[in-house]
Amino acid sequence: MTRTAGRLTPARLSPSDVLRVGAVGLRTRPTRVILSALGIAIGIATMIAVIGISSSSQEQLLRQLDRLGTNLLTVSAGRTLFGEEAKLPTGAVSMVKRVGPVITASATGVIEATVRRTDRIPKEVTGGIAVQAATTELLTTLEGGVTKGAWLNAATERQPAVVLGSKAAERLGVTRTGVRVWMGKRWFTVIGLLGPMPLAPEIERSALVGFPAAEEHLGFDGHPTTIYERSAEEAVEAVRGVLPRTVNPENPEEVDISRPSDALVARAAAAGAFTNLLLGLGAVALLVGGVGVANTMVISVLERRKEIGLRRSFGATRGQVRVQFLAESLLLSALGGVVGAVLGALATAGYALSRDWPPIVPPWAIGGAVAATLVIGTVAGIYPAMRAARLSPTVALATT
Amino acid sequence: MSEPYTGETDKPDTAGGALAVGRSGPYTVGGPRVVGRSGPDAGDKGGPDAVGGPYVVELRDVTKLYNGHVQALRGVDLTVGHGELVAIVGPSGSGKSTLLHMIGTLDRPTTGVVRIAGRDVAELSDRELSALRARHLGFVFQQFHLSPGVTALDNVADGLLYTGVALRSRRERAAAALERVGLGHRLGHRPNQLSGGEQQRVAVARAVAGDPPLLLADEPTGNLDSAAGTEVLRVLRDLHAAGTTIAVITHDAEIAEWCPRQVRVRDGQIIADRGDGREPPAEITKGGAT
Ligand SMILES: Nc1ncnc2c1ncn2[C@@H]1O[C@H](COP(=O)(O)OP(=O)(O)OP(=O)(O)O)[C@@H](O)[C@H]1O
Ligand SMILES: [Mg+2]
Repeated sequence: MTRTAGRLTPARLSPSDVLRVGAVGLRTRPTRVILSALGIAIGIATMIAVIGISSSSQEQLLRQLDRLGTNLLTVSAGRTLFGEEAKLPTGAVSMVKRVGPVITASATGVIEATVRRTDRIPKEVTGGIAVQAATTELLTTLEGGVTKGAWLNAATERQPAVVLGSKAAERLGVTRTGVRVWMGKRWFTVIGLLGPMPLAPEIERSALVGFPAAEEHLGFDGHPTTIYERSAEEAVEAVRGVLPRTVNPENPEEVDISRPSDALVARAAAAGAFTNLLLGLGAVALLVGGVGVANTMVISVLERRKEIGLRRSFGATRGQVRVQFLAESLLLSALGGVVGAVLGALATAGYALSRDWPPIVPPWAIGGAVAATLVIGTVAGIYPAMRAARLSPTVALATT
Repeated sequence: MSEPYTGETDKPDTAGGALAVGRSGPYTVGGPRVVGRSGPDAGDKGGPDAVGGPYVVELRDVTKLYNGHVQALRGVDLTVGHGELVAIVGPSGSGKSTLLHMIGTLDRPTTGVVRIAGRDVAELSDRELSALRARHLGFVFQQFHLSPGVTALDNVADGLLYTGVALRSRRERAAAALERVGLGHRLGHRPNQLSGGEQQRVAVARAVAGDPPLLLADEPTGNLDSAAGTEVLRVLRDLHAAGTTIAVITHDAEIAEWCPRQVRVRDGQIIADRGDGREPPAEITKGGAT
């Protein structure tokens, strides 16, 4: 019972024929196609937008970090073993400057005084503004700038002149230089207003006077409480290791060293870890979209039993019928995926641009969307395609 | 299972192909007549000696049971030779469509042997049956089953999708087939722009575009008025003249008489089998009456 002669092998469908035959059902029912692709589109759009917006926010933080640098270290006196606030030696700044890789170093010292708009305001109402002495190099070390007026120089650091941090000025209601504020027991003239200091927010909330002026007019003892220092980027960790001994050789363990950019790095990392809730919402929409596609496909197979029977009579194999409906399901969800990706990218761009962020949609998110779409299309299509392939040609043709 | 003609399984293919292409007319072929005849009354159950030659269709003691008890066919013996034009007639529910499905390999018999183009259907897998249909069979149904919104040309070309022919030549063959059924001027028309007779002729063109040796039609004129039915019959006559083997189910006595051979079915059995399928059909005077 051999059947060697004249083997009957079904012809293969070319990829373009598979596409063509898979698109048949989509072309003839455009409304249904749009509605069932919509679910996938919404899901993909949500996920792309969530990922895109958080990536854009992260990117903007990273760019800010890039601009600000990560080579700034702050050294603070910390506390003694007995819990009292420790002080740094007066010569600490010059000692720090002597450390090889250090480029610039400067200091601030907390003063027991308040700053008020007038002497009639009780001194308990400080508005959270710290009064600090600052060395003239501070602005260089922090790479900050003034928005109005000038920073302290060799002359003004000896005079009753004050430079206000951006938040401090806001709280005092000072918008221009030349006005006077009440500090300690006398008037100081505002000579400059500082811009934002993302790496030193405590400076934004400070009223800054020169070390000599502070000692003369505000009873400051001349001991710095914080030292700011920048070194070569690659030497930061090495510098960090020697700083405690340098600034406080007697009690190095009291010294606190921090890297302000770490906070930004942490924020950037947090921004990158997108909201799981929103992402979950997108996933649910995607799931619902997938169910919608499966539903559409089941209905499509039921409605097209005649077509299936007809194709079987043309000589379509079960496999070819299966491939047709699988291709249709894939096309359907791919359509939703493409529309969703475009919508998600547009939403990301709109939101990011409105906040002055660089719009970023990571390629892996697009890749993930494509993969999700393919998986959904396949999973949603498998069952209907199997049903279509299992239909007997006569039953399929007999339905009217 | 031990039928003796398995050694010749490929012969009918080549013979059929040669006939379909090379014949100038239906009546010019000489040689022994290969028209098989068998009915319940003939008592011929297809023994080894009954094999007279290469049949296109050969059914031996075929039964078909639906749902375990509906006996749609009960012991049918039928052979159809190359180039025959056979009408299958009988009352409603007698098993005509079931018989056509057996011949068309759309379904398998419950018992008995179905041999199409020399191949025992029982020995073929579903894939092989599909290939057989793609190469050897063309179907026409009472409902035309054309895709709405698709041009006549593409409807016909779609029928060749599973023959392994590239799109370009599918379209070329489709155009030629439409030319053959007299619709060369309607290639770009959609089904809703065509009359019923034209639609059925498109369906016929689709069935024969791949030059199948065997054309099966289930009440092709059932939905048409007599004029449109006549158009379709003319096409069938031309195909018959070109050598295609044709089996037509019909309720119409006139069409049945028009065919050179009539097979009468009742209660799942063949009760009469008259005429010589290779004779030319009668003149078409009026066409199918309604
Ligand atoms: N898929 C099926 N399931 C169950 N019974 C069926 C099926 N197909 C046909 N039958 C039964 O088999 C018998 C023969 O049906 P068939 O369709 O072959 O008749 P027919 O001669 O073509 O009738 P008509 O002229 O009305 O088309 C009928 O009794 C019918 O009810
Ligand atoms: Mg019928």
